[in-house]
Amino acid sequence: MASWQWFHRLGSPKWLSGTIDRWLPWVLSAGTLLLIISVVWGLAFTPPDYKQGNSFRIIYIHVPTAVVALAAYYVMAIAGAVSIIWRMKVADMALRAIAPVGAALTFLALITGAIWGKPTWGAYWIWQDARLTSMLILFFLYLGIMALHDAYQDSASGNRAAAIMSLVGTVNIPIIYKSVDWWSSLHQPASLKFTEESTIATEMLQPLLLAIPGAYLFFIAAVMLQLRVQIARSEKNTQWMAERSGL
Amino acid sequence: MSTIHRDEHAPIFAAFNALLLRDLRVYFRYRGTWLNPLVFVLMVITLFTLGIGPDPSALSNHAAGIIWVVALLGIMLSLDALFRADYDDGSLEQLLLSPQPLYLSVLAKILAHWFITGLPIVLASPLYSLMLGIPFSAVPALAVGLLFGSGILSFIGAIGAALTVSLRSGGLLIALLTLPLYVPAIIFGSQFVESAIEGWPLMPTFSMLLGLLIGAMVLSPLAIIGGLRLSQDV
Repeated sequence: MASWQWFHRLGSPKWLSGTIDRWLPWVLSAGTLLLIISVVWGLAFTPPDYKQGNSFRIIYIHVPTAVVALAAYYVMAIAGAVSIIWRMKVADMALRAIAPVGAALTFLALITGAIWGKPTWGAYWIWQDARLTSMLILFFLYLGIMALHDAYQDSASGNRAAAIMSLVGTVNIPIIYKSVDWWSSLHQPASLKFTEESTIATEMLQPLLLAIPGAYLFFIAAVMLQLRVQIARSEKNTQWMAERSGL
Repeated sequence: MSTIHRDEHAPIFAAFNALLLRDLRVYFRYRGTWLNPLVFVLMVITLFTLGIGPDPSALSNHAAGIIWVVALLGIMLSLDALFRADYDDGSLEQLLLSPQPLYLSVLAKILAHWFITGLPIVLASPLYSLMLGIPFSAVPALAVGLLFGSGILSFIGAIGAALTVSLRSGGLLIALLTLPLYVPAIIFGSQFVESAIEGWPLMPTFSMLLGLLIGAMVLSPLAIIGGLRLSQDV
């Protein structure tokens, strides 16, 4: 089964550790470069919005973090499914590695959204926007999974509990999103309409299209750094880890 | 494997009924199991009214949200005990090892627990309407909404209870895990109460509640069984 070789290799912490060592510098520098270019481009060289002035420029941080924060949850849930189905050690490590990074990105998306909301909507936080509320719930889901990890003394049980919980969350996220959407549209006054994103001008879109892959790469690099810690922690008594550390 | 002889003639619901009756019997021996959540709910509603103020219109404006949040907390806090006693005395392990379908066993346990905690909270609906100034015409809708809603809360909360059963301090962690998942239930539940108070059509929200209940009933036992297995390492 040569075609499955890549999958079986993923299950080896040693192989993964070597791959991370090889790829991390490239991913980290490419991500940082893309983020710097897109942020400088977006902050200094795009025209100001005719309605929002310069305040819209936070979009170049807000949208990429929000997109990656949501995607990170699904990647984490896939790791959870792999861990439940194949009992793969590396999937558990990935789940543990992604949770804090995803939570941090969600937090960033919430903060930048609130900062953006003040000049645009006149308030840091409004409940009329379903996306804000669902991001907050997503943040709570991340925190719950991290708390579950920490609560178990035995890390194997903690991994399984967190994997189950991440799958439960996956089923629930669309339901939560749709119900919050319905709830907010029932209460939403007609004066508030947020349709900027669908009608974004090309000059404003270009840096954003750089920033989103930049944020993805940065996310991958951050997860790699976390994974390295997880691998070192769980493989500390193996021969190859001792050799790698030069002991 | 060969040591387990499954009785081919035992009807599949025999274990379900036996477990349901056994759990109900155990719960009924202690008055606290059904009384405490109800008293908790009534006390927190009292505290809410004290916090909001005695103005009847302000109270009935917030009634739907208050009732649902309080019912949610009452059911959630009582769920810590759902599997704990069975975990402590080893009967949970027997349950997991038995050849009976685990799905039905879990269903029986949740149903028994709901009879003792959810149902009293539902039956006390007329009291909430008195305390919060909800018109009496809305009481049947309030009760029906809570009837289905409390089922949703029990099923989802049981996931948290199962995932934390082997931990010494489950209470707050159950809250952290399950409160985000309660969002749809509380939205449609309080919407249902509000529709009843305002005289809006009830069917749309009711079908959402029913759909959530069926979804929770079908899917949550999968996660619950996973959590219980993990507590026993089987």
